[in-house]
Amino acid sequence: MSSRSVFLARSQPMRLVIALPFLWLGVFFLLPLGLVLGIALGTNSPDSVPPVELGVDLASFRLLFTDDLYLAAWLSSLRIAAISTAVTLLLGYPMAYAIARAAPRRRPLLLMLVMLPFWTSFLIRIYAWMGLLSENGILNQVLRGSGLVADPGTILGTEWAIYLGIVYAYLPFMVLPLYAALEKLDWSLLEAASDLGARPSTAFLTVTLPLSLPGIVAGCLLVFIPAVGEFVIPDLLGGTQTLMIGKVLWDEFFTNSDWPLASAVAICLLVLLVGPILLFQRQQQRSLERRS
Amino acid sequence: MGEPIVKIVGVTKRFGAVEAVANVDLEIARGELFALLGGSGCGKTTLLRLLAGFERPDRGRILIDGQDMTGVPPHLRPINMMFQSYALFPHLDVAGNVAYGLKREGVARPEIATRVAEALALVKLDGLGTRRPSQLSGGQRQRVALARALVKRPKLLLLDEPLAALDRKLREDTRFELVRLQEQLGVTFVIVTHDQPEAMSMASRLAVMNAGRIVQTGTPHELYERPATRFVAGFIGIANILQTAPGRWLALRPEKIALSADRPATERAIAGTVVEVGYEGDRSLYRIALADGSTMRVAQTNVARARESAFKRGDNVWLGWSDDAGQVLHE
Repeated sequence: MSSRSVFLARSQPMRLVIALPFLWLGVFFLLPLGLVLGIALGTNSPDSVPPVELGVDLASFRLLFTDDLYLAAWLSSLRIAAISTAVTLLLGYPMAYAIARAAPRRRPLLLMLVMLPFWTSFLIRIYAWMGLLSENGILNQVLRGSGLVADPGTILGTEWAIYLGIVYAYLPFMVLPLYAALEKLDWSLLEAASDLGARPSTAFLTVTLPLSLPGIVAGCLLVFIPAVGEFVIPDLLGGTQTLMIGKVLWDEFFTNSDWPLASAVAICLLVLLVGPILLFQRQQQRSLERRS
Repeated sequence: MGEPIVKIVGVTKRFGAVEAVANVDLEIARGELFALLGGSGCGKTTLLRLLAGFERPDRGRILIDGQDMTGVPPHLRPINMMFQSYALFPHLDVAGNVAYGLKREGVARPEIATRVAEALALVKLDGLGTRRPSQLSGGQRQRVALARALVKRPKLLLLDEPLAALDRKLREDTRFELVRLQEQLGVTFVIVTHDQPEAMSMASRLAVMNAGRIVQTGTPHELYERPATRFVAGFIGIANILQTAPGRWLALRPEKIALSADRPATERAIAGTVVEVGYEGDRSLYRIALADGSTMRVAQTNVARARESAFKRGDNVWLGWSDDAGQVLHE
């Protein structure tokens, strides 16, 4: 550590290289964040442009903690994100396991298939789901056409559609870190476990699972953190009755034109996600240290 | 030798078109330290994995202690294995690694603690129970792997190249340590190795494998002094193979031949010229060219402290040996 800092202190070009990303973050992250915080502390004035009067007023924050709507939206977001993360893990683990155990020459193809959806814009893919799930969508046409179900309900506009959308969109973010963890696993450890008397299920629980834990934590956080603040999926696939914090933020900003309140929601969302993000970073740091 | 602990009957294992193990019959007696010796790809490791249950034979049967194990999965076999890579669990400490097999048996917690402590004492790792495998030296890791397998009190312990990952000095010490443990515990050991001095010095009996088949089984003495084929004669130690008649050969060990300046009084004698002197300290290994163009290797023990080897390159010498010095081979 100390030798590295000595090296950095001595090398002038190196300093510049380090400074560039900090400059970038300062201009495009810290500065906008300061603006948002400033707006959140201002008051709403619908007649001026922009519709905000700067000052130091905690009214918007106070409203967040007194109106049940925001707490409900926040809890609902956490619930939907948590359930989606769990489903993604349950689907992603067998996929990652199968890819890690496939013949080495087949793995690139299988990984490419996992990442294939990224070749199409996220928004277009969610619109495609609308086409699949709507009242007269492809799914219902197939169900009616097959004669299996005469009057299928409509999934679009329900919470189910949100789960489907999130699990679909975030599955690769779960599979890739899990694959990275499982691919490093020394399979002779499973033979050793079996040799020492462990049934296959016990060997999985006592060897594979604990050794892939870094991948599980990374995958879950990579899905959970963006899913909490997700806006597009609940807006396009979910119904009006589903509250998610990202949607509330949108509504406050564009529908109600209440910039201070929307900014306060954004600040709170950020603060509440700092916990899991720090957890993720610490875990990444630890797995890096363990490797070296 | 009573009921053998291991009985392998007509076992064949194919990987694609390759017969890794071809129609092997083998019996291993209770309490033996048995070595499977052969070059890489000879099938010795596959045979070991068949015993452990990681591979299923295509044909034949494997009996352990009289019980047919052919379809029994590894976790139900009374066998433990020490892996070449040691395969220690990196997320468990040393005690956790050793206790792993006992927990799977459902042994009570206080007994696990006692037996783990005993096993660690046996391999001289007392007090290292809370270390992680990554904090141990190669030799210590090897002993953890040994303790983890022995703590289960298996009927049979399989050791896959147990010394290959150790450096040379440690390897020699560990060799005798393993033999001492085996004698102390009375557990049957089956060792797979490609290192013939290792197999010779440790094993009570060994089998030489080549191309999936067992070429010869016997004590180290039998294999060295009475090799059955030219392959065994050449694989174990050095041998001069002399063709005495069509389909008949004589395997003659270098140290069974005497070198002298004058024609010796032995039953066989032949003249030659020294073309190469390999001084190894304890002995010198000569390569002698004969009149017919062939060469023979002769070893002389350096009993006396001399400034140089008794014969130099270019010296004309006589090779002498008695009629019973070599082994007659038919294949």
